[in-house]
Order: sequence, then structure tokens, then C-alpha cells
Amino acid sequence: MNVAYYPGCSAKGSSKDYEISTQAVCRALNITLEEIPGWNCCGSTPAHAVDTELSAALCARNLDIAASQGAKLLLTPCPSCLSNLRAASQRMEKPEFRQRVNELLDTPAAETFPEVLSVMQGIAMQLDKENLALRVKKTLKGLRLAAYYGCLMSRPADRMRFEDPENPQLMEDLLTACGAEMVDFPLKTACCGAAFGIPERAMTARNSGRILELAARLDVDAVITACPLCQMNLDLRQTQAGRALNTRFHMPVVYFTQMLGLALGLPRKQLGLNKLAVSADKLLGKLDDPRLADAEGGQQS
Amino acid sequence: MRIGVFICHCGSNIAGTVDCAKVAAIARSWPDVVYAVDPMYTCAEPGQAAIEAAIHEHKLDGVVVASCSPRMHEPTFRRTVERAGLNRYMFEMANIREHVSWIGKDMEANTNKAAELVRLAVEKLRHDVPLTAKQFDVTKRVLVIGGGVAGIQAALDCAEGGVPVVLVEREATIGGKMAKLDKTFPTVDCSACILGPKMVDVAQHPNITLYACAEVEEVSGYVGNFTVKIRKRATYVDWNKCTGCGACTEKCPSKKTPDAFNEATGTTTAITIAFPQAIPKKAVINPQYCRQLTKGKCGVCAKICPTGAIMYDMQDEIVTEEVGSIVAATGYDLMDWTVYKEYGGGTYPDVITSLQYERLMSASGPTGGHIVRPSDGREPKNIVFVQCVGSRDKSVGRPYCSGFCCMYTAKQAILTKDHIPDSQSYVFYMDIRAPGKMYDEFTRRAMEEYGTEYIRGRVSHIYPDGNGRLTVMGVDTLLGRQVEIKADLVVLAVGIEASRGAPQLAEKLRISYDNHGFFMESHVKLKPVETNTAGVFLAGVCQGAKDIPASVAQGSAAAAKVLGLFAKDKLESDPQIAQVDIQRCVACGKCLRCCPFGAIKGTEFRGEPKVQVIETVCQGCGLCTSTCPQGAIQLQHSTDNQILAEVNALCQC
Repeated sequence: MNVAYYPGCSAKGSSKDYEISTQAVCRALNITLEEIPGWNCCGSTPAHAVDTELSAALCARNLDIAASQGAKLLLTPCPSCLSNLRAASQRMEKPEFRQRVNELLDTPAAETFPEVLSVMQGIAMQLDKENLALRVKKTLKGLRLAAYYGCLMSRPADRMRFEDPENPQLMEDLLTACGAEMVDFPLKTACCGAAFGIPERAMTARNSGRILELAARLDVDAVITACPLCQMNLDLRQTQAGRALNTRFHMPVVYFTQMLGLALGLPRKQLGLNKLAVSADKLLGKLDDPRLADAEGGQQS
Repeated sequence: MRIGVFICHCGSNIAGTVDCAKVAAIARSWPDVVYAVDPMYTCAEPGQAAIEAAIHEHKLDGVVVASCSPRMHEPTFRRTVERAGLNRYMFEMANIREHVSWIGKDMEANTNKAAELVRLAVEKLRHDVPLTAKQFDVTKRVLVIGGGVAGIQAALDCAEGGVPVVLVEREATIGGKMAKLDKTFPTVDCSACILGPKMVDVAQHPNITLYACAEVEEVSGYVGNFTVKIRKRATYVDWNKCTGCGACTEKCPSKKTPDAFNEATGTTTAITIAFPQAIPKKAVINPQYCRQLTKGKCGVCAKICPTGAIMYDMQDEIVTEEVGSIVAATGYDLMDWTVYKEYGGGTYPDVITSLQYERLMSASGPTGGHIVRPSDGREPKNIVFVQCVGSRDKSVGRPYCSGFCCMYTAKQAILTKDHIPDSQSYVFYMDIRAPGKMYDEFTRRAMEEYGTEYIRGRVSHIYPDGNGRLTVMGVDTLLGRQVEIKADLVVLAVGIEASRGAPQLAEKLRISYDNHGFFMESHVKLKPVETNTAGVFLAGVCQGAKDIPASVAQGSAAAAKVLGLFAKDKLESDPQIAQVDIQRCVACGKCLRCCPFGAIKGTEFRGEPKVQVIETVCQGCGLCTSTCPQGAIQLQHSTDNQILAEVNALCQC
């Protein structure tokens, strides 16, 4: 499967580990990611919060380049980029809006854009649970994980097209196929505090703390994320979050692509695990422990 | 013919955008119009007197009033012309308010359209002939559908008024939702204690025939003469023999049957009597859980029953009843709140509905009136009530207010404190709607005397915190702050929706219902009990959200309407119905097949087959007249000639 690929700004900075593990996993699953040449930032929250036309113009330029390359499908790892790209596609269906956006662009955008999906949806589209299970080289059996989608991945429902916006199951499906035990994680779509980590640090610390606290209470080995900002708040700001709740967390916060990479038996160096602020060594050790891997049905709480 | 035309101003309702004086002036130029004026309020007493005076003074033999919809005032003006000595059907009405002045602002266009509508009415009137209503007998019996408190009240009032009542209840017992309540607001008196005696009255009243476990299958006929088929569902117990002793329910081995009366807060046996005060107090077998009926072996209840009442081979039975009037009192159901995934979507045992909470508080409930958590049976200390779950929420298709949740939530908070003195209740609300007598005082009591903490805002998320409690996250919009409460139990004030099957019943009764399945009253303000089908009345929540006092009041109001209808020995039928020209009829039978009311029957005339209209059954819909290839059936006062005359008048170049 050849698809256009929009990495997003974080991929080149704060979430390099997400980026390299996405690349490695897609390569292993025969998904050829063709990075959009000369792509620009989607505008992120600052653009769409102030001016939807500006946001759409920034996205339309990327979609236009992808369309001119003949792409039918575009994947992006970041939920915020996904939201902006999909919103731009949706809004551009209105002729007046399209016209105003075209005025902001050097040349009018293509009439039809490629379909935009998250990398997670793209992987699930490439191969179903059974086929993924067949590709697993290193089972995740024995690991107890919490899938954390963040607030943006599945919402708004009509834009993001996850089956159930309040209780998505896609990540669970992928990781269960790899042998992991997925707990029912009620805060899977709660907000981590997002970009408020800068102007309202206490709020982000509280929100992230709540997620980490529940994960710890459910006795999971790691929280699995799909969003660069969520990962940063839960991982890099974990000490702040702990302080907000008068506790200390030691909760690895791992990208789902890193977990898939482990299960597919990819070299760990290709998965960027060394970039995590909270060490995943204990988790990896558990994975390497033959007694756990052989244990029937994994660990029970 | 001498016609008088009255172009009503309706204050400024019509005159604001229609030049009424000009319409009257134009009307004077039409054939047969000898008098045309534009009064301020035609329907008022002076307006009607002016019509009567004009009839005498100008020797009018027909009147046109151009004003509002005929729905309200056509009968008014028919009576007016009749008082002045005219035949009441020598009157026509043009609707220049709803059809003209309220829908357009262009004075000139409106005036022209009004003039054209009046022209049509005049032309129709020119071809009208005096008609006389036929009289027919009335069956002085009433069918009440639904045995909740509204239906019970309607049935008792009718029965007391001397009218035999057929009361049909879908469930095994009457009592409806009120029978499930522990206490009632704002007096906190015991629901079963005030409803119970009324239920007993229903059972004992000689004028009331009660069919429980029964549903209306089919309704035919018309006001005064309805024929109703009622399906009595198989209960597998011969109620003539059953004494309600309950021996069967003690021995039944199928003890995991969901308890519908207790809102699934507990389990019951496959053969059961809904609750101790059930009326009728008869056992019913749930065929889905009965071992004899599902597996073919058990028979314990048949062995134990001292009167031999168990009948495993019982079948549904259809009974037919003749009645003259029908009261629909089908009540409501709770909406399916599990669409709220953010509240767990029904997966957390300690998130329950308010009706389930009533059963937990009730002494006849599954816990004997002790409030405990369904998950572990422990007594909750922190209880969070969430209001408007499925009310005033367009996102789930429920834009309306359920009306009584604010009040029962206050009641439940008060009762919670009575049951568990060291408990703390929290109520998330959008607005407190407590407009009834002593209602606001009651909610203030919950806050001020019982220390219930009211938080204005919505709940965004409820989830188990991993320590056996629930975290309730919400917003306090008065403080502009997020709120997080650790709860032992969450009670959702789930909104109401029209009773299951309400639209289907409405179609059987030929009454209207709204987008949400609630039955439509005939006039929102002035005919709140009537429907657009003569002889069919409404009581209780089937028409819209109501609390107990309002439901009881409407039950009595519906009974008053029935008694008023039955005060006459004979009713008059509308003579504006189809009539067969016997010489033109070729007996092709097309009209027989298209008539939706079965109002046409075959007959014989001088040895030739012909058809005939049953005058009391015909509703004057006109389907047969447009179907008849011979033009042999004509609808009185909408004959082909009249319609052509109207078209000719309108299409003059």
C-alpha cells in the first residue's frame, strides 16, 4: 500500500520516537509512506482557534500537493494534524468557503483531496486483527496496558470517524492481537491538559495526574498513547503531575507504534524507546522474561 | 341569492397586513353579494349580533366570514346564522389569517390573495343547499387505555358518573409508574398508600371491567359507536380460578427472572404477582423464563396451585367491546439512557436510574427499603444525582423538558438523608424547574434543611476510580470551575419518552402525534383534552410531560368530556358527506375498495346492484368522489360543480 504521509511538526522535534517507530512499523507491514514534499505546518491550535480559513489554507496546501502526486490516501500520526486536515477537507466542500481559502493560496487547491486517516486507522485498514496476530514475532503476553487515545483522536465523532467516540476500541484491537492484556480504561478519551501545559501548568498537571493515577491504580505496565502532545504531558511532565497529586508516578508512556514494533520483533533501536523520559526498561524486562511470556492468559490483577 | 360578506380585522392580526376595507369593497362587485363590511372582531358578541342584524335587515340567505381557521370558529358562526333563521350550512368561511396575514408582509399581495379566497367562498356558497344533520344513537360505554393514575382517575370518574368503563392495561397490574414510586412530592406521602385505595376502587367498582395484560388490537367506528378489539395476552394462569395466594411464586424454581416491576433492580420468579398491592392480584407466568414453557419440564406451580389455575396451553384471546368514547392514557417510558457513553452506557452497576432508586427506597422493593449499592450491597454515603439525562438535549433527540425530574430529585435527596443521616447528596442541575404549588419551597427544603449540595452544571464523565467508587466530573457554571466528586452511587434523572408503541396506537385511534410520539391535543390552550378525532380524549403523560396532580386533573377532565358527550341520547352527524346518485351508479365497486372507513355498502335498486353511503360512518374525506368514474358520488358542499365554479371564478382573465 502506497500512501501519502504527513508527519506533522512534532514528528521532527518532540515526538521523534513516534516518527521513527511509525516509519519502522509501516515498513514492516508493507505500508509505503511517501512524505509530502515541502509540507508545511497544519497551523495546529493557534490557526484554527483564530481563523478557520487560515487553518484550512495551511492544510489545503498540503492536501493539494498530495493530490498532485496522485495520492488517494493520506496518513498522519498526530490527532491534531488529522483533525485539521479532515476539517479542512470537510469545510472545503462548501463553495464559498473554498473560494475564500483559494484566495489565500498561490494557486487554487485541487477539487478533490485524498482521504485523510490516522496512522492507527491506516494500519487497521492494511491488516485485520487475525492477520496482525500472524505477523507477531514477540508476543506482548504478560503485559497489562491501558490504551489512552486522548481527547482529540475520536472526537468530534463525525470528523474523526472512530466507531464510538467515547469508547474507541481500535488501539485495544491492535494490541490485543499482539497478545497484550488491555484494561478497560475509563479515562481513555479524557483530556491530558494539552497545550495548557504552558499557560496553565497546574491544570495540565492535574488532568495528566488524574490519568496517570487511574492507570497506576489499575496496575498497568504502561499507558499507550497515539498523540505527541498527550505523550509529552504524561511522560515529560510526569513529575509535575505527581507533585500536583502529592505522589510520584513511575508509569512508562509509550506510543502504540513502539508497542507494535516490539511485537513485530523490530530492532529496539529503530523504535526510539531511549527517547522516553520515564524509562520503559521494566516493561522491556518483563517482555524478555520467559516465565511471563509463557504464562497462560497473562497477568491477572 | 343574497349573500353577506364579513371581512374580519381580527384586531391587527389580519388588518395589519391585509386591507380589509378594500377586500369588502371588492366583494360588493361580485354576483349575489348584496352586503359586505369589515368588522373589527367578528367572533365577539357585537360582531355576531351584527351578522344576525344584517341577515334580517338585508334579507340575506347566505353568509361568508373571512377570518381565521375554521377549526375554532366555524361552529361559532354556524350557530350565529342559525339563530338568525338560516340553515347553518348556508355559511362559508375563508381563512385569511393563517393562510394570508400571518404568513406574508406584502400588503398588496395579501389583499389580493384575501380577495381571491373570499371570492372562492362566495362562489361555493352560491351553490350550497341547506343541509340537515342526521341523528344517531350513542353507545354509552367508554374505553380507557392505560391504567396509570390518569387512566384510573378517568375510569373512576366515568364509572361514578354512571358510565360503564372498559379499562385496558398492558402490564399485569394497574398503577402505572406511580405504583413504583416510594414517596411523592411535595408532601412526601407514600405513593402506594394514596394510589392503592384508588386501585382497589377500580377492582371493586361494578361499572368497571378491567383487562390487564391486554392491548388494543384494532379500533373501528366513530364517535358514539366505536368497536374495539382487545388482545388479552396469555398469562398461563386462569384468573377466574387464581386467588392471588402466591403459593406458586414461593415454589417456582426459576428464580433468576428479571423483575420488571422493580426496574430490574432485583430478580423474581417466572410466575409472579407484580407487587403486594397489585390489581388484579393475579399470578402471571413469564414465558421466556418458565421452565415448563421453555424446556417442557417442571410443572411445580401447577402442582402447588390449590385451585388448579395454571394453564400452560393458554393462548392469546381477542375480545370485542362496543364503546361510544375512548380515553387514551398510555403514559410514558424512560428513554434509553445507555446512549450516554460518558456515563458508562449502562456498564457500571452503581450508576442507576431514578426509577430504580425509587424501588431501592420502597419498602416493597428488592432491598426492603434499604438504600444499598447494587455492586456490593454496601450503604452509599456520597450520592450524586444527575438531572436532565435525556431531557433538554437535542444531541440525543430529546429537546423537551421532562417536567417532573427537578422535583423528584429534590424528593430523593431529602429521602436519602432520612434513610442515611450521615450521607451527603449532590445534585447537578441545568435549571431548577419548580413552578407548582409548594414546589419551590420543597426544593429549597432539600437545599437548606437537608444540606443537599446543588451544583449548576452538567456532568461530563462518570467512571470507576479503581478503588470501588465512582468519580463524577462536571462543571459548576456559577463558579466557573470544574468539579470532581467521589461518589458511592450515581442516580440519573432519566428523561421520559412516549410510551412504547404510542405512535402505533395513535394510528389505530386515528389521532395525531408529535415528532416524539406524544399524542396531539386538539388545541394547545383551549382543547387540551380533546383530539382531532371526535370522541377520543387524552389523559396524562401520553399528551406531554406531567406530574401526578396534573395527570389526575387531566384524567378527571377527560371523564368530564366523556360524561358531557354521553349527556345527549343522540349525536348529530355532519351532513357534508358523500351521496350516491343512484341513477348514475354502475356498481363498479371502486368506491367500496377505496373508502378507508368502510362507509359504503352494496345495495339493490329496482333489481340493479348499486352502492349506498352509511351516513353516520362517512367522514366526508372525498376519496370516493374522486375515484368514481361516473361522477355518481358527490360530496355534499364540495360537489364537482362547486369546485368547477370556484375554479372558474378564480381563473377569469
